[in-house]
Amino acid sequence: MNELIYFFNYVVVAGSVTGCIYAMGAIGVTLIYSILRFAHFAHADMMTLGAFVVLLLTLAFPHAGDSLGLPTAIVMLPLAMIFTSLVAVGIDRVFYQPLRAHGVKPIVMVIASLGVTLMLQGLIRLFSGTGAESLYVEARKAIFRIELPGVTRPIIITEPQVILFVVTLVAVIGLHLFLTRARLGKAMRAMSDNPDLARASGINTKLIITLTWVIAGSLATLAGTLLSLDVAFKPDLSFFLLLPIFAAAIVGGVGHPYGAIAGGFLVGFAETLAVFNWSVLLRPLRDSLPSWLELPNNLALVGTEYKIVVPFFILIAVLVWRPTGLFKGKVI
Amino acid sequence: MPLLEAIDVHGGYGGMNILNGVDMAIEADEIGVIVGPNGAGKSTMLKAVFGLLTITGGEIRLRGDPITNLAPHKLVERGMGFVPQEKNIFPSLSVAENLEMGAFLKPGTVSRLKRQIYDIFPPLYDKRHQPAGELSGGQRQMVAMGRALMNEPSVLLLDEPTAGLSPRYMNEIFEQVKRISATGVGVLMVEQNAKQALRIAHRGFVLAAGQNRFTDSGEALLADPQVAKSFLGG
Repeated sequence: MNELIYFFNYVVVAGSVTGCIYAMGAIGVTLIYSILRFAHFAHADMMTLGAFVVLLLTLAFPHAGDSLGLPTAIVMLPLAMIFTSLVAVGIDRVFYQPLRAHGVKPIVMVIASLGVTLMLQGLIRLFSGTGAESLYVEARKAIFRIELPGVTRPIIITEPQVILFVVTLVAVIGLHLFLTRARLGKAMRAMSDNPDLARASGINTKLIITLTWVIAGSLATLAGTLLSLDVAFKPDLSFFLLLPIFAAAIVGGVGHPYGAIAGGFLVGFAETLAVFNWSVLLRPLRDSLPSWLELPNNLALVGTEYKIVVPFFILIAVLVWRPTGLFKGKVI
Repeated sequence: MPLLEAIDVHGGYGGMNILNGVDMAIEADEIGVIVGPNGAGKSTMLKAVFGLLTITGGEIRLRGDPITNLAPHKLVERGMGFVPQEKNIFPSLSVAENLEMGAFLKPGTVSRLKRQIYDIFPPLYDKRHQPAGELSGGQRQMVAMGRALMNEPSVLLLDEPTAGLSPRYMNEIFEQVKRISATGVGVLMVEQNAKQALRIAHRGFVLAAGQNRFTDSGEALLADPQVAKSFLGG
């Protein structure tokens, strides 16, 4: 039983955490692609930016969350979401919109977003330094240990992880309701389907574009902050997020928000399962194994330091065998 | 005063003129049909009316107001509806959502207008929750026309509404166009099926090389031996 708890803690919980983060990032990538038709490489840096804004606000008001019983970073989230959305809309107006007005090819937009990536990374590093920072300023992370009868090992889940699950669930349900019920949400899907006809129907496409950046920026802030809260804020966070969120968006089928969620969890769990030490689960069987077979201490498929190769392999496999992704999306 | 009027329109794509002086006029309850050989500029003329290409000379008027080179969304606000020949639906949206998008500028009227559209196109009611991309060609055309009608346009532009449809569906679409026009909507459409289209046309415009060759009532054009000989295949 202890081994199963270990599996739960290191695969189910850890995989869900990674899955939630990737899903929220991938939804942003997929929405931007379906409305603006380009792969937005600066997306992971919008996640870092959102988390950085939260860090600054938390440093400025370290006790803002005390009265609510929540981590200060969570209380600061709405402000940071608004700020990051404004920055995202601003970046669009300054860098992407002039290019769109010229009718450039999508690849030019992609290169422009690479430029924005470098710029954002540099700016964040300029102000934050290069080290890791905890988002728990003058506070401690609450860790819940759930004891089960008959086992010595408890289920361990942290406060930010619980918040992450709740926030992801609310965000996904909210997005679903928005896209299927709200007039502007439907208009967003319409513009993704057929932008010319959307314009011919009188849909204000500029408003839809702004809205896309607001949603993507807000989700990026949520994902970046909750990841930083669970681990720590690092200025190079985006470096480790960019590939997995693109893999998730492509695996799910680009242009499908639900596919992005599925892809996020698929990539997240694949990563977690690949770095999981399977030897732990085999240990109870050690006595029944033949004597010539010695159980190694570590039976992980890849070392933790190399887990970034997992989304890379998934990406290659999907691009080779099913370039439209699980949900028949567009091909980037 | 005509509902929609084009006077000596010149224009084209990228400096190449396709329209070399087209005149047309329709009244509020009329069907105008543009026919002519391939490359005559029929669809180009319709797109020019809807602001999709730059008009370099001449004028277009809606109820006497000049609307030359206005952007499409401005024309939608002024009561013009346009159904392109291809890509004229939102394939992943349900039929009902397609219609709702047509009334994007008038959200208050959606449910009343949806009922009207289902009355005009009964097959759409049963399929209202189905993605429009899964419908047959004829039903897609109904969705496309329905979407444009949701804005309660005073003039509806149809670009080859029967292209690729079976004769049965073609007649059905023409019947529906007649019904739409009877409710006081001016219709201007481009058609390949010239004979059938001219039969329902109050005004017919035979274009060739970007100019009016013949302009008359549909009946008179069908009866004109010269038109029949050179444009309607004898």
